[in-house]
Order: sequence, then C-alpha cells, then structure tokens
Amino acid sequence: MGAGHGHGAGRSLHHPGRSRVHRAPAHLKVVALVTFMLVVVATPRGASWAPVAYAAYGACVLAVVLAARVPVLFVVRRMVVELPFVVFAVLVPFVATGPRTEVLGLTVSEPGLVAAGHLLAKGTIGVAAALTMASTTTARELLGGLERLRMPALLVEIMGFMLRYVDVVTGEWSRMLVAMRSRGCDPRSPRHWGTLARGLGALFIRSYERGERVHLAMLSRGYDVGRAR
Amino acid sequence: MTGVPVLDLAGVAFAYPDGRQALFGVDLRVDRGERVALLGPNGAGKTTLVLHLNGILRPGAGSVTVSGTPVEKATLAQVRRQVGIVFQDPDDQLFSGTVADDVAFGPRNAGVRGPELDRRVAAALEQVGMAAYADRAPHHLSFGQRRRVAIATVLVMEPEVLVLDEPSSNLDPASRRELADLLGTLDVTVLMVTHDLPYALQLCERSVVLSEGVVVADAPTYDVLTDAALMARHRLELPFGFDPRAVGNVHP
Repeated sequence: MGAGHGHGAGRSLHHPGRSRVHRAPAHLKVVALVTFMLVVVATPRGASWAPVAYAAYGACVLAVVLAARVPVLFVVRRMVVELPFVVFAVLVPFVATGPRTEVLGLTVSEPGLVAAGHLLAKGTIGVAAALTMASTTTARELLGGLERLRMPALLVEIMGFMLRYVDVVTGEWSRMLVAMRSRGCDPRSPRHWGTLARGLGALFIRSYERGERVHLAMLSRGYDVGRAR
Repeated sequence: MTGVPVLDLAGVAFAYPDGRQALFGVDLRVDRGERVALLGPNGAGKTTLVLHLNGILRPGAGSVTVSGTPVEKATLAQVRRQVGIVFQDPDDQLFSGTVADDVAFGPRNAGVRGPELDRRVAAALEQVGMAAYADRAPHHLSFGQRRRVAIATVLVMEPEVLVLDEPSSNLDPASRRELADLLGTLDVTVLMVTHDLPYALQLCERSVVLSEGVVVADAPTYDVLTDAALMARHRLELPFGFDPRAVGNVHP
C-alpha cells in the first residue's frame, strides 16, 4: 500500500518486493525492456543459431524473475494473455503453403512450422519480459520513469488520470449494473444488450462530465496547461 | 469588521449559454474572519455563485472583488490562490496518484518547489490530521478521509477564504462531527454552501439565503433558522426533531 499501487488493472500484475530489480529506477527498466525487446524481435528467422539465442533470452528473463524473488508461477499464470496469440501461431502451420512435412502424424507446412516457432518464441519471451517489468514496477513508478525519459508531460498526465480514475469509472459501471440487475435486466442475455449499450453511453457521458468537473477543480488551484510542471 | 472585505459581490448576474438565467443581481460581502453559510433550495444558484468567486464563471453584469482585487482575466492566478474552493465530490478534486502529490498540485502551479513545497504539503496534511496518509492513493481512503484531504489541497494554498460546497454531504455522523471539529480549528474565513442546517448553526454565525438567483436573507444563522415564514417561503426545512431554540444561539 505504501507505494500507492493496487489500482484496477495493476492490482494483479504487481508483486510487491524489495529486491534490487524492484528498487532499480523505473526509467532504466523501461530502457532495458525496450532494448531487450528490439534485440529479440531482430533475431533473424533464417539463422541456425536462433534457437540458441531464444534459449539465452529466456534464461535472461528467468534470471531477472529469480533475482526479483517473484515466484515463477506468478509470472507464468499471468501469461494466459498470450493465449489468443498461441492459437494463431498453432494455426499457421496448417494454413501456410509450401513443402509439407509430418509432425505427430499430421501433415503441415514446413515454412509455416518455422514461422510459428519463431512467432511463439518471440511472443512468449516478450510477454514474459513485459510481465517481469510489470510485477516489479508499480504503475506510478512507471509513470515517473516515463517522465524522466522526457515523455511529454501532458501524455504522462493523461496516463496518470487513467490510473487514478479507472477504479472510479469501473466502480460506477458496476453500480449501474447492479441497479440494472435489480430491475430485472440480465446483462448476459442478448435481449438486454440494447439496455447495456445505453448504460455504457450514460457511463461515457458521466465520465465526460466528471472530466469537466476535475478540470474545474484543477483550474481552481491555478492549473494552466501552458506551463504545466 | 473594518478594512477591505475578503469577498465583495455587487449586482452579480449570470445566464448560462443556453439562456437559462441563474443569478439575478447578487450582492454579498464577507469580511475577514467571518464564517458564513450560504443556504438555499436546490437550483437556487448556489454552485453557480461559488464558481464566480474564483473566476471560473464570469458575471454577465456586476462585479466580484476579492480582497480589493477585481476578478478579471489578468488577476485569475492571484484570485485562485486567494479563494480556495473545496468541491462537493472529493473524487473530482483528488486526481493524483498519492495524497501528497495532490496536495502539492496547487502550490506547484504557483511555482513553489523543493523543501518549501514539502514543508507546506506536510503542514496542510497535519492541519487536517492526514499526515500519516501522505503516500497513500486517494482512492484507498474512506470518504471522510478524502474530504479532509480535499480540504488540505486547498489549505496548502494558504487562501484568504475557504469556500466549501456541501462539506457534510455523504459523511457518516462521526466523520461529519470530525469535520466540524477540524473546521472549528481553522483560522480562516469560511463560506460554506450547505443544506445541512444544524451544521450551519453549529459552524457559522451568519447565514445568507439564496433563492431563485437573489439573496433573500442575510442575518445571524439563529435568526434565519427560527424565522418559520422565511424558511417555508424558500423551501428550507429543519431535519426531523431538530429545534434551533433548544440548541440556542451558539454565536451570540
């Protein structure tokens, strides 16, 4: 709690700790992550040493996770976000053209198989690296890091607002859903999707109006976009 | 009560862009050290009036003067330091990641930096009894705590007048009382918009009643609350079981 994390989406991604990885300045972590990703993505498809490189990348990520004392399972469980991607990768060998080969009794495209392998390796390493970053850095630290990396202050501010208000807006939405349910609307039934859409519209208007009120409150405390921070 | 009034409104009239007129010539003078309650039914124009005090809205006719400074484009920054408005919903007012950041927002806009900024933030949080929560995220606080932090975000500007919009709304009785204790300790001019008439009686010696865009009464709070005809005329009602006469005039 002390670090002020734990809002909405960030709640489940961050694993609090005091390791060296946790304490490293966020802007260094951002630079390291982006550089690492670029290297991973730049690994040529045709190279015979690619599998070795992938193993090395994987080992790197694993080493950081262990150094951060984040349980490996914590990261692995959250890797389900990659699932749609995996499904796509698995389909590639079946739909790709080119010479065919046999795998486990199935006839698949050989270039497709190679492409899928690369896709899967790069994707998995990328997701694991991003999750490692997320599990050791709070959203607020990340914003501070982006600010130090000279990201335009206005963009950082907007991202900060998103973090601040995601709970308020989702809270409002869940209260609206409860109110709808209390009057016999079942959000799961397609018959009520119209109501749901109108509810979302109302939520949008309410959030927009809240934005205006927040802006008023900021102006009242001397906010002036021209010389922000 | 000598000297320049903190707030001086003369003939303030205002119509919204859609043509709906909200204020029809409001005169109001608040002197230094006064605690004034602004009462009135829903839709009387109270919030519209409040937004005139720091130049968020500009009157179509009439003038607003803050400690001798007319509110106009060139003086907006100064006036917004002098008039601290605490809005009704703390979620509108607290938008930063931590309590301390939020309290620092106003002074930072005024160019305060470094140890001076830290000192003022700490002092403001101390004033409202929230110093221990400086590093917490605003949305992790209880409603009463958020309201207190919202007050700190304004106190840190060291305003000459504190304007509170419905300070007791949505508070449980204990938080409501704690807020009254807190407001009692502040040595600052207060204008408080409220429907909570016992609160007005407890905290403000003087009440101004706004109804349909004009000031219809301006008198000691006790006199206003005990004037049954006036109260009925302007849709003001005491809560069930509350009798100001039983409480007595606490600000004789």
